[in-house]
Amino acid sequence: MEPEHDVGSGATQAGYVIARRRCLIVSESNSARSTTALPSEEGAPYAVETGPPVPPWDLEQVRRDFPALSQRMHGKPLVYLDNAATSQKPRQVIAAVTRYYEESNANVHRAIYELGERATNAYESARRKVAEFINAEDWRSIIFTRGTTEAINLVAYAWGRHNLGPGDEILITKMEHHSNIIPWQLLARDTGAALRYLPLTDDYTLDLKDMSKYITGSTRIVALVHQSNVFGTVNPVRDIVQQARAVGALILVDGAQSVPHFPVDVMQLGCDFLAFSGHKMLGPTGVGVLYARTDLLESMEPFHGGGEMISTVDLQRATWNQIPWKFEAGTPNIAQAVGLGAAIDYLNQLGMDRIADYSKQLTQYSREVLSQIPHITIYGHAPTSSSSLPFNVEGIHPHDMAQLLDQEGIAVRAGHHCAQPLMRCLGVAATTRASFYFYNTSEEIDRLAEGINQAVAFMGG
Amino acid sequence: MDDLRELYQQLILDHNQNPRNFREIKDADRAAHGHNPLCGDDIDLYLTLEDDVIRDIGFLGSGCAISKASASIMTTVLKGKTRTEAQELLEQFHRMATTGEGDPKKLGKLTALADVYKFPIRVKCAMLAWRTMEAGLEEQPETITTE
Repeated sequence: MEPEHDVGSGATQAGYVIARRRCLIVSESNSARSTTALPSEEGAPYAVETGPPVPPWDLEQVRRDFPALSQRMHGKPLVYLDNAATSQKPRQVIAAVTRYYEESNANVHRAIYELGERATNAYESARRKVAEFINAEDWRSIIFTRGTTEAINLVAYAWGRHNLGPGDEILITKMEHHSNIIPWQLLARDTGAALRYLPLTDDYTLDLKDMSKYITGSTRIVALVHQSNVFGTVNPVRDIVQQARAVGALILVDGAQSVPHFPVDVMQLGCDFLAFSGHKMLGPTGVGVLYARTDLLESMEPFHGGGEMISTVDLQRATWNQIPWKFEAGTPNIAQAVGLGAAIDYLNQLGMDRIADYSKQLTQYSREVLSQIPHITIYGHAPTSSSSLPFNVEGIHPHDMAQLLDQEGIAVRAGHHCAQPLMRCLGVAATTRASFYFYNTSEEIDRLAEGINQAVAFMGG
Repeated sequence: MDDLRELYQQLILDHNQNPRNFREIKDADRAAHGHNPLCGDDIDLYLTLEDDVIRDIGFLGSGCAISKASASIMTTVLKGKTRTEAQELLEQFHRMATTGEGDPKKLGKLTALADVYKFPIRVKCAMLAWRTMEAGLEEQPETITTE
């Protein structure tokens, strides 16, 4: 599926041009600033007085690829800053899904006719694109699921329930999304295994100093988030993989936020499982991926039973299809997988390295601009944070903040971000979160800051 | 901004910033707890009854402006009301919060929350204090939620 034109063509390859001086937010009481100062080791790529980052591509042209972004909300241009929840879709992806339905729609794998061949080829070529995108050695490592949640549940059921028992330990962290907590709670409950949590440090990064107390001979699997959906913190997965390897534990990485935002290489990470969602990386909803080592998949029991996942079926028993289809019972989300393939094409054209770089600079800029707002608290300031900024302004509940920002056309998330244990660590019930993607502009961040200041004024701050 | 001005009327902003009866009643006859875990709104409600009449009412808690102002305004209108009158007001308030309809004469300053119905996701915020008050009157020990 070729995009209709080169994305972001005409973009400068020269990196970031730092030109404009722009500082809309003048704080009247900097002394009122709370815990927002950047730690000196953060190594900001530029100082605030040098101005916002300039994207390494033609941002206006890129934004024209995303029809949803050109809409108005409450009469104002939409500023979409809820990318950690889901990304917008470029028309190349929308067109790929439409084209699939118009030209290739049939059920996959068993149709003995041309149309069915096309459907199968479209679906299986998307699988190969995914494998290449995360540098999987073998395309049979790629199982299409409904999303990250189903991918993690697949491992908890198909591996966990046949391999764990009393005395075994599952290790997760206090930074997890509910989708990487609840499947393990259920698994612990059903097998008698213990569920343990790696704690956080005071600056909300994983506390690894006592890692050997947590990763022990009893640990059977370590499941952790690669990039926090709240802070954007990127965890040192490779260090943890080494520790897990040393005790013979498996390791599952929740890549829901990392795979969309920076290059993720499963060979380099050395993980056994990687779960991620299509819809957070420009793809359609309803499709996600479980990467797993092929030897594990061969030895694992099936997840769902039904058509497609079987080889022979007798009255009382059956044999399983080869991997990966052994784990794809029923008619898969074919069009959505095809859409994910088109999303990967789009991301590859922009370049994941450049996406990561711009995303980080955008987040850095937002941190600098927002930190000048009086009485704001920005949570977490790990040097590795990217693409997500949780904050609260004293005296304004996040739901009121989000409602007031919405009136300005600004879409942010307010709540616990599906991470209640993490919110308890922060000592708050909820935060407001702005999260970015490569199509966001520094002007949008300026508008966010203006919107927050207006909200404060409105609420009588 | 018009819809929002109606949702966040001056009276609501005022009650949010300066909540009335924002205190624990140590020797309360009834206490009830309301909590919406998904959004985090939390309220402890205290009632002193004399026969069937609400003699004193106070609350503590945290939450969004709508939930806090709703609780505050509620405490100001319920003092001196009988249980039956309080229950009737609850029903009228619920109708107003979900449909925008109701008798302004009976609702009085509760009409400050009349536009909540335009924001369906916020109805639960406005109702939390009222359902907690109801639980207090009915001596329900369980935490109340409106999510």
